[in-house]
Amino acid sequence: MLQLIDVFTYYDDLAALRGISLEVRAGEMATLIGANGAGKTTTLKTICGLLRPRRGRIVFSGRDITGWRPEDIVRLGIALVPEGRRVFPQLTVWENLVLGATVRRDRAGVQRDLEQIFTHFPPLAERRKQLAGTLSGGEQQMLAIGRALMARPKLLLLDEPSMGLAPMVVEQIFAVIESINRAGTTILLVEQNADLALHIAHRGFVMETGRIVRSAPAAELLASEEVRRAHRIVWVRALRAY
Amino acid sequence: MLLAQLLNGLILGTTYALIALGYTMVYGILGLINFAHGEIYMAGAFLGLFLTAGLKLPFLLAFPLATGGAAVLGVIVERVAYRPLRNSPRLSALISAIGVSIFLQNLTLTVAGPATRPFPRPFGIRVLTLPAGLSISSLQLFIISVAVLLMLGLDLLIRRTAIGRAMRATAQDLETARLMGINVDRVIALTFAIGSALGAAAGILIGLYFNSVDPLMGFQPGLKGFVAAVLGGIGNIPGAMLGGLLLGFAEVLGAVYFSQYRDAIAFAILIFILLVRPTGILGSTAQDKV
Repeated sequence: MLQLIDVFTYYDDLAALRGISLEVRAGEMATLIGANGAGKTTTLKTICGLLRPRRGRIVFSGRDITGWRPEDIVRLGIALVPEGRRVFPQLTVWENLVLGATVRRDRAGVQRDLEQIFTHFPPLAERRKQLAGTLSGGEQQMLAIGRALMARPKLLLLDEPSMGLAPMVVEQIFAVIESINRAGTTILLVEQNADLALHIAHRGFVMETGRIVRSAPAAELLASEEVRRAHRIVWVRALRAY
Repeated sequence: MLLAQLLNGLILGTTYALIALGYTMVYGILGLINFAHGEIYMAGAFLGLFLTAGLKLPFLLAFPLATGGAAVLGVIVERVAYRPLRNSPRLSALISAIGVSIFLQNLTLTVAGPATRPFPRPFGIRVLTLPAGLSISSLQLFIISVAVLLMLGLDLLIRRTAIGRAMRATAQDLETARLMGINVDRVIALTFAIGSALGAAAGILIGLYFNSVDPLMGFQPGLKGFVAAVLGGIGNIPGAMLGGLLLGFAEVLGAVYFSQYRDAIAFAILIFILLVRPTGILGSTAQDKV
């Protein structure tokens, strides 16, 4: 469904992606794991068009979308839940969700999906007229995910959905992600918490300094040495930050 | 006498508010002070003059055409002078803005000549007497009504329509707005168009009120509209309206007591607000995007 072929992305002269190739198959949940600064967020931003790759190709549903603008890529069916949630803080919950459906023209369908999201996330329904900036972190994450779903994506990209959330809330969010995938949406999940991600994903890609160093079924990676190493780096960083 | 001054303040204030809206909307999205905005105001007045005095169009037709023409001019300015610099340092865009301002002034001087011209009155002026010894002319009433209607219209557009929602989203987080599928280039162009139309409307109304239009008329009101936007809180739309009104009243009331310092009052207010409350009356400190 999604293919990256030898993709290089630069920030000015700094190579953040050094020849990434990966494939996400229709219906599966894939995860991209690795330490801070490995290039996970850059990979997602390159896929959804916020960054232009300097080399390589990105193919989605058989179409070459390399260099497309983000607004055209969403229209084709890729939605991103950005790192740090990025809800529009001064817009209401309802307005945030409606903006997620900007690319759609079927009003009745949008209304139905809106109701469905409110049924699935009752706290959002209660706060639909509240400004998004007043929500708790977990609620904002729910909103960010709901907003992305409003575009009816075929492929959902999630960037660090567990970031800054309490363990119990993280559990809820991951349950939601699993159910979205089971309902048929293909997912590419970026996580620092590799353990957690590999437990719900089918396949995993391990990133290190702009390259994919390993790709394998999630269960296999879960047991392997590289992951534990990457994991340890995360822990050391987390401890340092603490 | 004081009431008559307050009426004057209201007229000045609503026009400052119209100008301030253009500054604040553009700043809200691009973080850019569009210093060519005063020249859009002037261009609006000249377009209005050309359509009414030159082509003899009725005012009610000339007004929307002139503001529309200024909107197009604003979009062209954005396309030519700002968009190529969108990823450059802010200072480059600021210099570009000043360049556009000088260019438009001199273009008008060349094309129209330096003379001050009268603005034909669209209707006979009657003076209406109100209770308490107050009187208001039909022209004053007309100017205030048009300005207030334009602001109400803008408020509805921003708060109630899909376009307004897209504009607010873009102002809050441009990158995420793109992820929603919003064409931010179009939103930015539209912002320039609306801001320019409002500025041009102010230019026409003031040209009409003082019966005078000249190529340098945009300079002072341009600066004062900027002061009004900062006073209310730059980037904040109700703030621009409030700042404009307050500035208008402050100027006429100040002029009652120190008439020779009338133009200094606006800048004294600017300095004061920057010292005491740099975010302006309704402005908030930068939102944390956690």
